[in-house]
Amino acid sequence: MLLVLFIIAHMAGNLHVFEGRESMNDYAHGLRTFGAPLLPHESLLWVMRIGLIAAAAAHIASSVVLTRRAVEARPVRYVSRKPAKGESRHAAATMRWGALVVLLFVVWHLLDLTFRTVNPVKDLPDAYGAVVEGFAPERWPVTVFYLIAVLALGFHLRHGVWSAVQTIAGPNNKWRKRTQVIALAVAVIVTAGFAIVPLAVTFGLVS
Amino acid sequence: MKLKLRIWRQPNPEAKGKMVSYVLDDVSEDASFLEMLDVLNEQLIADGEDPVAFDHDCREGICGACSLVIDGQPHGPQAATTTCQLHMRKFRDGDIIDIEPWRAGAFPVVKDLVVDRTAFDRIIAAGGYISAPTGTAPDAHAAPIPKQDADAAFSAAACIGCGACVAACPNGSGMLFMAAKVTHLGLMPQCQPERATRVLGMVAEHDAAGFGGCTNTGECASACPKEIGLDVIGRLNRDFRKAAARAA
Ligand code: FES
Repeated sequence: MLLVLFIIAHMAGNLHVFEGRESMNDYAHGLRTFGAPLLPHESLLWVMRIGLIAAAAAHIASSVVLTRRAVEARPVRYVSRKPAKGESRHAAATMRWGALVVLLFVVWHLLDLTFRTVNPVKDLPDAYGAVVEGFAPERWPVTVFYLIAVLALGFHLRHGVWSAVQTIAGPNNKWRKRTQVIALAVAVIVTAGFAIVPLAVTFGLVS
Repeated sequence: MKLKLRIWRQPNPEAKGKMVSYVLDDVSEDASFLEMLDVLNEQLIADGEDPVAFDHDCREGICGACSLVIDGQPHGPQAATTTCQLHMRKFRDGDIIDIEPWRAGAFPVVKDLVVDRTAFDRIIAAGGYISAPTGTAPDAHAAPIPKQDADAAFSAAACIGCGACVAACPNGSGMLFMAAKVTHLGLMPQCQPERATRVLGMVAEHDAAGFGGCTNTGECASACPKEIGLDVIGRLNRDFRKAAARAA
């Protein structure tokens, strides 16, 4: 829940890039100085960081438990296998390795646009510049990796959102179908919203 | 029709087992899948070989004994159909058909295609019953039950406990089976006293038996010969959440 809300907020925040350098950098600055002078510098960010790390740790830990149980529950594998036939089957089939892609991406993403270790723009307050230089056409492999990860994230949400509701709330048939539609909408909006920024930069719409 | 079969052969639980190929030259289109295997076994016996062991009983789709994974699909390619009700006209001359047992750690292979499904009986014993006194059948309509509930309970009660849900599940979970029982009992007024202990007991036994956890892939429902749907899993989750909250 926390992670999904964060993803949506993060995506919405990214769209500031379309309002120009000033708006984007103001937004980034605003996140750091939220509540100032009442609250210390970066207090909002630290609350979010701690919350997100805790949520991600719990999320990964339970997925490891489930995966280990699944492996133990089928010690001998089938010789012949058929493609999946369940609900949101493509998304369900990519939950585990798609998650690995997203995890690797998060590491890269932090090094790239948060710490700027691998980004040409080292000037931290210039978030806009880092995005524009980071997704410059000659850095196209970065953009491709980003797009693959965002797609994997979309698939993860497509199954994950309704699956979480199914497990926690236990809806009837009608509500299950509804949450599946919501999950699809969340997945499509998040994927499109994240993908549009690097694409716009690479194709020169934002510079 | 002429068929090539590749069948899992495993002489005993400890043996390693492997796929073995057989050729059948003259299979009738009207034969059921199990009758086709009967023909193979007659041929094997005539040749002095060990016949293929497989589970079957009623052969009319109601007992849940038959349990073959055919070309990677529990109960074969036809939806809402048990292996015994599958007919050879669904296949084509010259087809190669793979036949494997249910694959689950909780369902160890006894011999060839026969697996031990007593883990399901243990789940039932852990809560899938009611404590109302038995005796002569109660009068019809003695206990008023809304038609909707009666219908939903009846659909869930169609579960024949074959285990195709476990065989199909990528996690090897028995959730659909367990949820069908929880739903069919949970909707009846006579079954309310044990409603909370039932779901807690059955889930604990399910996990202890070595079945995997449910990740809502829905493979179970698409493999179920009785078309039991994911709504029963929703109901189990609802019952479990309430019962666990009360127990805590
Ligand atoms: S043999 Fe009884 S259901 Fe197939």
